[in-house]
Amino acid sequence: MTAAAEVKSRFVGRRRARRRSARSLRAWYRNPSLMAGIVVVGALVLVAVLAPVLAPYDPIKQNLPDALQDPSSAHWLGTDRYGRDVLSRLIWGARVDLRIGFLAVLIPFVIGSVIGALAGYFGGWFDAVVMRVVDVFFAFPFLVMVITLVFVLGAGETSIYLAIAIVSWVAYAKIVRGEVLVVKEHDYVTGARLGGLSDRRILFRHITPNVLSQAVIYAMSDIVMDILAIVTLGYLGIGVTPPTAEWGSMILDGQEFLTTHWLQATIPGLVVVVTSLGVSWLGDGLADLMSPEQRR
Amino acid sequence: MLHRLIFVPARLVQAVPVVLGVTLIVFFMSHLLPGDPALAILGDKATPESVSALRDQLGLDQPIWQQYVHFLSNIVHGDLGTSFTYQRPVTDVVLQAVPVTLTLVALALLLNIVISVPLAGLAAMKPNRTPDLIVRALNMVGQGMPQFWVGIMLILLFGVRLRWFPVGGYGDTPLQHLYYLLLPALTLAIALSPTTIRSLRSSTITVLGSDYVATARSKGLSGLPLFRRHVLRNSGIPTVSIVGVHLANLVGGSIVIEKVFAIPGLGSVMLDAIYARDFPSIQAVTLVVALLVTVASILTDVLYVVMDPRVSLGTGVRV
Repeated sequence: MTAAAEVKSRFVGRRRARRRSARSLRAWYRNPSLMAGIVVVGALVLVAVLAPVLAPYDPIKQNLPDALQDPSSAHWLGTDRYGRDVLSRLIWGARVDLRIGFLAVLIPFVIGSVIGALAGYFGGWFDAVVMRVVDVFFAFPFLVMVITLVFVLGAGETSIYLAIAIVSWVAYAKIVRGEVLVVKEHDYVTGARLGGLSDRRILFRHITPNVLSQAVIYAMSDIVMDILAIVTLGYLGIGVTPPTAEWGSMILDGQEFLTTHWLQATIPGLVVVVTSLGVSWLGDGLADLMSPEQRR
Repeated sequence: MLHRLIFVPARLVQAVPVVLGVTLIVFFMSHLLPGDPALAILGDKATPESVSALRDQLGLDQPIWQQYVHFLSNIVHGDLGTSFTYQRPVTDVVLQAVPVTLTLVALALLLNIVISVPLAGLAAMKPNRTPDLIVRALNMVGQGMPQFWVGIMLILLFGVRLRWFPVGGYGDTPLQHLYYLLLPALTLAIALSPTTIRSLRSSTITVLGSDYVATARSKGLSGLPLFRRHVLRNSGIPTVSIVGVHLANLVGGSIVIEKVFAIPGLGSVMLDAIYARDFPSIQAVTLVVALLVTVASILTDVLYVVMDPRVSLGTGVRV
């Protein structure tokens, strides 16, 4: 139970608290954005997990005699220049792009939130330094920084995680710091302090649970940004190493055949759009659920 | 109006630590390279002589803070090393590319206004009705589209199918430059417009509910004159700062879009350098881009103050 709910149940009475939680549960499935997001993202995750079963062909094995075929009953979306089945590569690509997209937010989320919480709670020189560092990082365009860092760290998945972590922790730090600044003036924090609780306990048991919702909501849009960055790296040929099936590198391969086989570059992009939409819906739904007072 | 710009020097002083921090990060990037930076920078072209020459030039035998001071003084003197791909000073290569990228970004900002203002106005006139819902749906889709893919789709439609625009390149005359830059700028504008429209829509809804708009309406103003003279002027102000925040992403996007359309700007320099493992050029572009973003954010603040007479300048000076 969160600190706010603890206080509430003590003062408002347990039965009302129970009714409140039942009401928020009902809101859970009445929330169209959330449902749409769960359906779309759930379906994509399912496709990614079941890739070995669902994909009709090997996504990597070349079959040159069948190169650049139009969609047919054997290859629903045609084949690429090496004769690889486009549908199979899309399905396997979901594994790579979704995995990196979702995992990449974890490290910056944790690091940024902790640094932001400490800066907001203790203030002083630490806060001043953190905020200056945040300003510096915001001077670099996200993509430019990620591209440079992936180059410096060497191609491959680990570099992508590291590069995204180095760049995007600042946003979480800024968001959580701002929230902590507001919440630490609340009465229940003053109460906890008067009660003699340690700073660590107040910060991590009482304040942090109440400020993380904004960071979680931001994380959903961050996932979209990360997926777009990974796809862009793949398109630039500096991301996940070929011949691994990845949506961005599929668009790059397809661009050469734009005049004759326009589907090759179009379809992977559409899949990215659908993925982003699903995650955005999920994020909007979570935002409604977690902070109903901010609803449009 | 001009006396309101008294805050500019203070804002410039504020930018100094940011600029120093930017140089510090760019400096440390060379130390993230695996192994000996000199060897990593020179790559395949390394000979024992060239490595020791570069070690001397970078001062790699000195303590790290001296190396940084050295790096800073090189920047101040406009010396960013020599590009291996172009066999020329990096500074020349980068300075040649900057105007191209800036033109692209400026054109994108212009197109962004052309796209966003009517759509945001349309959506704000009747919130939650069909036009508004369509605009909001477009926004959501727009935000999830990879920019380079939008570029490719525009090439497919306007370049390959309709043949209205070239599929890439930069042309030879200034007029041709603009023509060649139109599709890439449109791509960037499409990427920026969801943020702009969302901000402009919500501030327009607020302004439309205000007393002075009611007064203007009671004077008999309506439609476009009302929108242009009373609504847009006020609802545009918060949007300026939102767009300012996203300028960094606009510049970042232009790096990738230049590759899609083969435009000889900063992005092409950077990506060519990456493919050739030409580290000094990569470092230089990263530095210049960050400095451009810093300057742009100062300009945004200036524009904000010029547009909105109510902004408190925070300098203690009453104006």
